[in-house]
Amino acid sequence: MTKFIVKRIFYMLAVLFCVVTITFFLVHSIPGDPISSMVEDLPLETRDLYLEKYGFDQPIFLQYIKFIKQLAAGDLGQSLRYPGRRVVDIVKNYAPVSGMIGGLSLLIGFAAGIVLGIVAALKRNQWSDRVIMVLALLGTTIPTFVVAAVLQYALTVTYPLFPTTGFGTAKHLVLPVACMCVGPLSSYARYMRSSVLDVTGQDFILTAEAKGVSQFRIVTRHLFRNSFLPCVTMICTSVAGIFSGSFIIESIFAIPGLGKYFISAINDRDYSVVLGLNIIFTGVYILSVLISDILLAMIDPRIRLTDEA
Amino acid sequence: MASQSQSLLQVRDLNVSFQTYAGQVKAVRGVSFDVGVQETLAIVGESGCGKTVTSKAVMRLLDRSGGKIKEGSQILFQGQDLLALRKKELNQIRGNKISMIFQDSMTSLNPTMTVGKQIMENILTHKKIPKAEARQWAKELLELVEIPNPEMRLKQYPHQLSGGMRQRVMIAIALALTPALLIADEPTTALDVTIQAQLMDLLASLKERFHMSVILVTHDLGIVADFADKVQVMYAGTIVERGSVEEIFDNPRHPYTWALLSSIPGRAQASKSKLYSLQGAPPDLLLDLQQCPFAPRCRYCMPVCKKAIPSQTQLSESHAAACWLLHPMAPAVQAPAGIGGTAHA
Repeated sequence: MTKFIVKRIFYMLAVLFCVVTITFFLVHSIPGDPISSMVEDLPLETRDLYLEKYGFDQPIFLQYIKFIKQLAAGDLGQSLRYPGRRVVDIVKNYAPVSGMIGGLSLLIGFAAGIVLGIVAALKRNQWSDRVIMVLALLGTTIPTFVVAAVLQYALTVTYPLFPTTGFGTAKHLVLPVACMCVGPLSSYARYMRSSVLDVTGQDFILTAEAKGVSQFRIVTRHLFRNSFLPCVTMICTSVAGIFSGSFIIESIFAIPGLGKYFISAINDRDYSVVLGLNIIFTGVYILSVLISDILLAMIDPRIRLTDEA
Repeated sequence: MASQSQSLLQVRDLNVSFQTYAGQVKAVRGVSFDVGVQETLAIVGESGCGKTVTSKAVMRLLDRSGGKIKEGSQILFQGQDLLALRKKELNQIRGNKISMIFQDSMTSLNPTMTVGKQIMENILTHKKIPKAEARQWAKELLELVEIPNPEMRLKQYPHQLSGGMRQRVMIAIALALTPALLIADEPTTALDVTIQAQLMDLLASLKERFHMSVILVTHDLGIVADFADKVQVMYAGTIVERGSVEEIFDNPRHPYTWALLSSIPGRAQASKSKLYSLQGAPPDLLLDLQQCPFAPRCRYCMPVCKKAIPSQTQLSESHAAACWLLHPMAPAVQAPAGIGGTAHA
C-alpha cells in the first residue's frame, strides 16, 4: 500500500511536469504578449524595454528552462499584469471563495443526486421515477447560464428574496450554489439509478432474497454499497473542478473566485498566473484521482493496490 | 430408497409468465408435481424449458425478474400455501425451511461482503443469537462443506476463493439452518468435471445426513442417475415425462427423453459413432400450444402430433409420459439403439 502510494506520487510528478511543459508552450504560442495586451499604443522602445525586463526577448527554450528552475525552487512567480501579486497569494485569496461555492454545490448535488437516483431505481417505471428522470434530463441539458439567469430574474427581481450579485453573506451563496449543483445533481441521479438497477439484476441479490433477508436489509447492505462504487470515481474527479470554479457562475453573480481570475489571466497573457494556477489545478486533480483509487480499494475488496497497478 | 408416503411439497397447475415487449412469455404451463419427505426430484430439460423458473417459483423468487405466477397455481409446502403468504411470513421460510443454491457461484455471492458475513447473514436473519455464536456456527458450516482452513476463509471475499469453493460456500449458506427442502439450480454447471463430481458427492452425503428433500435442476442427465429418486423431463414449459430414476433410465417412453439420453457422451452410442445431437430449437413460448410442443423436432412425428396436444399416459404409479406414440392406436416404435424400452404400451 505505502509502496503503491509512493509510486503513484512519482507518476503524479511526471504527469505534472508534462502538463506544465505543454501549458507553458501553449500559453506562449498564443499571439500577443502581456505588455501589448495591457497597453495598446506603447512606443516600440518602451515595449522592448519591458520585454527585456521580463526576459520575453530571449528564445522560448531559454525562457522555459528559467521557468522550470524557478518552479523547482518552489516559486510560482508573480503576476505580470499586477506586479507584486504573487501567484500563491492569488490562490490563497480566491480559492476559498471558489472552493466554498463549488464544494457546497458538489456536496449538495452529490448527496441529493444519490438519494434521488436510489429512489428512482427502487420505484422503477412508477411516476416518481419518471418525474426524477425527466428533471434530471433537463438538469443535464439546460446550460448553467440559463438556469442562473432564470433564477436570478425570478428570485432577485420578481421576488427579491436574495441579493442579485456579490459575495459575503450566506444569502449570497444560495443562488450560485443552487445553479451549480443542478448539473452534478442530475448526472449523479441518472448515474446512481442505472447503477442500482444494474446491481438489482445481479444474482447475489437473488441469493439474499432466497436467504429470507428483508427488503430493507437487501437495499442497505447488498444494493447500496455495490452500486455506490462507480459513483466514487465520479465524485473524486469532480472535486478537482471545485477550486477551478465556474467561470460562468462567477461572472453572472460577480463572485471573486478563481475561475473568473483564471479566464482574465488568459486574456491578459498573464503567463505566470496561468501557469501557476494550472499547476495547482492539475495537482488537485491528480491528488483527487489518487484519493479515489485509495477510497475504492477500501470499499471494494476486489481492488487491491499492488505495485503492478 | 426414500419413502413417498409423505408429501413435503405439492405443486399444482403451476403457470408462470413473463410480460415482455413482444408479448406474454408463458414459461411454465400447468406443471404439477410432488416432492416427498427425504425424496430427491430431478427436473431435467434443455435451456429455456422452464425448469429454473419452476424451481424459483417454489420460493417465489420471480418478482425481480418480472415473472408472474398465475391465478389458480398452487404451491403447498408442509401443507402451507406459499402463494398466499405475506412477504414477511415468506421470508421466515426462505433460507430457513427451503433453501436454494444457484448456478453461478461467482455472481451469486456478494462481491463486497466477506464469506463469513454472508453465511452469518442467513443464520442471524432467522435466529436471535449473539454474533460470536453465529460466527462459530459459520465456521462449523465451512468445515461441514469440507473447506480447509475455515477460520481464514471466513474473512475472505468471494473473489479470493476458487469456483468450487464458492459453490461450497453457497451450500454452507443454504444448509445453515438445515432446511427441509433444498433447491439446487444447476449447482455444478459452472464447474469443471472433477469438481462437479466432488460437489455432487458432497451434496449426496449432506442430503442423507440432514434428511433433506432436494429438487435438482439440471440439463445434465449424467449426474441425475446416481443422485435422484425421481425425474421429470420438461419441454417448453410442460412436463413431458416423469418417473422414478429406474423408469426414466431403463424404460424411457418419450422421444424427447430418448434424445436427452442419447446425447449423454459414452452412455448410449456405440464407442465410435458420432455423439447424438438433437436438431432444431424449442418452440416460441410466446405462442399458445396447439400441438405437441416437441412435434417439429420429433423424428417419430405423426399427423396427430401436429393437431392436438397429447395427454399424460399413466404407465405405472409413478411413470407417465405425454406422447401420442403411447396411444393404443399408435404404431409401435423402437427406441434408439442403446436406450431401453419401446414406445408402444
